[in-house]
Amino acid sequence: MGKYLQIESVGMVFETKKGPFTALEDINLEIAEGEFVSLIGHSGCGKSTLLNLIAGLLKTTDGTMILAEREISGPGPDRGVVFQNHSLLPWLTCFDNVYLAVERVFAGKEDKASLKKRTHEALALVGLTHAEQKYPHEISGGMKQRVGIARALSMQPKVLLMDEPFGALDALTRAHLQDELTRIVGETGSTVVMVTHDVDEAVLLSDRVVMMTNGPAATIGEILHVDLPRPRERLALAAHPRYMALRSEVLKFLYQKQLKVAA
Amino acid sequence: MSVVSLAPAMLKDNSPSASPITPVAANEAQTVQRPKSRSSRVTLGDDGNPLYVRARAPEWTMRVFAMLCGIALFIGAWEILSKTGGGRLPDPVSTWHSAVQLFSDPFYRKGPNDQGIGWNILNSLGRVGIGFGMAAAVGIPLGFMIGRFRFLSDMASPIISMLRPVSPLAWLPIGLLVFKAANPAAIYVIFISSIWPMIINTAVGVRQIPEDYMNVAKVLKLSEWKVFTKILFPAVLPYMMTGVRLAIGVAWLVIVAAEMLTGGVGIGFWVWDEWNNLNVQHIIIAIFTVGIVGLALEQLLIFAARRFNYE
Ligand SMILES: Nc1ncnc2c1ncn2[C@@H]1O[C@H](COP(=O)(O)OP(=O)(O)O)[C@@H](O)[C@H]1O
Ligand SMILES: [Mg+2]
Repeated sequence: MGKYLQIESVGMVFETKKGPFTALEDINLEIAEGEFVSLIGHSGCGKSTLLNLIAGLLKTTDGTMILAEREISGPGPDRGVVFQNHSLLPWLTCFDNVYLAVERVFAGKEDKASLKKRTHEALALVGLTHAEQKYPHEISGGMKQRVGIARALSMQPKVLLMDEPFGALDALTRAHLQDELTRIVGETGSTVVMVTHDVDEAVLLSDRVVMMTNGPAATIGEILHVDLPRPRERLALAAHPRYMALRSEVLKFLYQKQLKVAA
Repeated sequence: MSVVSLAPAMLKDNSPSASPITPVAANEAQTVQRPKSRSSRVTLGDDGNPLYVRARAPEWTMRVFAMLCGIALFIGAWEILSKTGGGRLPDPVSTWHSAVQLFSDPFYRKGPNDQGIGWNILNSLGRVGIGFGMAAAVGIPLGFMIGRFRFLSDMASPIISMLRPVSPLAWLPIGLLVFKAANPAAIYVIFISSIWPMIINTAVGVRQIPEDYMNVAKVLKLSEWKVFTKILFPAVLPYMMTGVRLAIGVAWLVIVAAEMLTGGVGIGFWVWDEWNNLNVQHIIIAIFTVGIVGLALEQLLIFAARRFNYE
């Protein structure tokens, strides 16, 4: 496996009013191109912090991160971020929200017509061609999240970073979007790092599940290789013995080894 | 409303624009169902709740009825006061006749100090427009900068906190001193009293931009110009409009007082002139006129602000 994204002994210390707070310590992880990795762990363990470090929205206080042989020193459009609460700009239509990202990345190299074409394609990929001219408040939560994914993918990022992308959605919508995401990632071959607290989601979607220990000074506890064949079928997997085994591995980690005292 | 009471009013006005950050837990199934429900008798609102358009009509008429009751009570009280007040306060009917007469020829000119009420109103509005316009041109960009840069904010905040509560008319002598003429002095008083709400609201708006939006800007690495036009400006617009509305209110409040002191053609001076003529009917008409014009300005801006509400 190639080393596309390298996270080397990364630590993160926040300066707080009560003094320094070590959120992450000694994180080591290598992710290959085209790999789908999810981060799972109890709430507050530092999943978002790690994702934001990769996104460049936070700066590491320790260690280095290298993406495609270049050190990460700040945010940039080579990393597409899907935020938990969609973060669409409410004054722009779905089309314009995506176009803003497309324009940023490709405006120098391509003419307007092809920028528009890219935007249409990104929205078509998430099945939202019919909602292009709608404003975010006119569409449902699941659709907003899909626009967010379209925006991130439209930039053709090296990695797609997602922070609990479906966390705010109801179970049915979530399942639907998980299937969509599987299809999209299958089509685009994107490298994905996804934060989740949903065990089924992690096992269903990922090549590897990175399980984090509880904070403070959280680090990687175990890494689970999900060796289920693709394409994966939600219904077929539900009774698959290997799926059950993997699922209980994660559950065991979360609820035996890292049992959260007084949530 | 006094100038000092601006702060709480601002907070209240800002609350609707804070809603973009609340996560919406709507789901796909909902959108699919909506059209089905539409065809039935119940109409759905934006939030998916039934609106019952027809059932609202009686509520409407109740509100109009209550309003009419209020006005009737007000005129009744006025009538009683005028009857018992020893004839000093003119009664509503004679005031009404006087108003009809006054407004039947609003644009006459008989020398510099005797012009129709229309000219007086227009002159006051003109001063407010110029003073307020300059205040907006200076205050809004200043508000953006103060909101964006911590250093500027720390630099400006003691001065703003000190000058904002100063009564607008306290600035008049300085204006007269500097400009040596009544008209620019009045405009300058409008400028200085209406600039604060615009600076403060714009700055607050910039600071309240949800971090999510700024994260989008950071992740995309947008240029400063794109950040301004696509994120900063639209996000701040509702706050800015609140500032503009409060500023217009203050300006209209101040112009009457300023004109009383400076003279010239204008509704404030007109009130003072009618006081010197002991024409109480005209003073009352002027009070209503000032109130109605102020109300119209306010409504105009509320209407304009509604266009910038994205939710
Ligand atoms: N900006 C910050 N300043 C101080 N502490 C923070 C900051 N951001 C996160 N933390 C702390 O770091 C820990 C991990 O937070 P986070 O990454 O959001 O957890 P998770 O996403 O796994 O729920 C928490 O204890 C949180 O309080
Ligand atoms: Mg989190």
